[in-house]
Amino acid sequence: MTEIHKKIKEMINKNKVILFMKGTPEMPQCGFSMTVCNILKQLKINFFSVNVLADELVRQGIKEFSNWPTIPQLYVNGTFIGGCDIVKEMFENGDLEKTLKK
Amino acid sequence: MAISKEELFGLLKAGFPDGEIKIDDLAGDNNHYAAFIKSSKFNGKNKVQQHQMVYAALKGKMGNELHALALTTEEIK
Repeated sequence: MTEIHKKIKEMINKNKVILFMKGTPEMPQCGFSMTVCNILKQLKINFFSVNVLADELVRQGIKEFSNWPTIPQLYVNGTFIGGCDIVKEMFENGDLEKTLKK
Repeated sequence: MAISKEELFGLLKAGFPDGEIKIDDLAGDNNHYAAFIKSSKFNGKNKVQQHQMVYAALKGKMGNELHALALTTEEIK
């Protein structure tokens, strides 16, 4: 495992809910990142966010880490949940809330 | 950095020959699409795996030539 993948793994293990996104929850820089932030806010979930635009290594590393080519990426309890489409789908069918409250 | 709707359809059809595929060009800029794919290849896979299969069919274009693709995948039961 490369240095950056180790660092990513550490962050994911340390934070129950962690979102890799473009921008910050206060000022998202991409509509897809904003959608996921809004869903988490609506569910009143505290989450740790990582702005991939501030760190090119993390931006590339996170894509390889989960074999997932796009941002945002949501992780809960150390597990990759998905990107914007999956989070939205899970929010609408109630699975997201169940997963977050585990 | 863009990809035509026809090229996108061709890649998806090659990856999911039995698939029912629908593509919308959301912004009319060849760069923001929504795709719906229904295929038996998704059967038994979770959503993350299903979307990874779609990205694999796009052969590295996702996140590069193609900026945004809203995905909906469905199994054929």
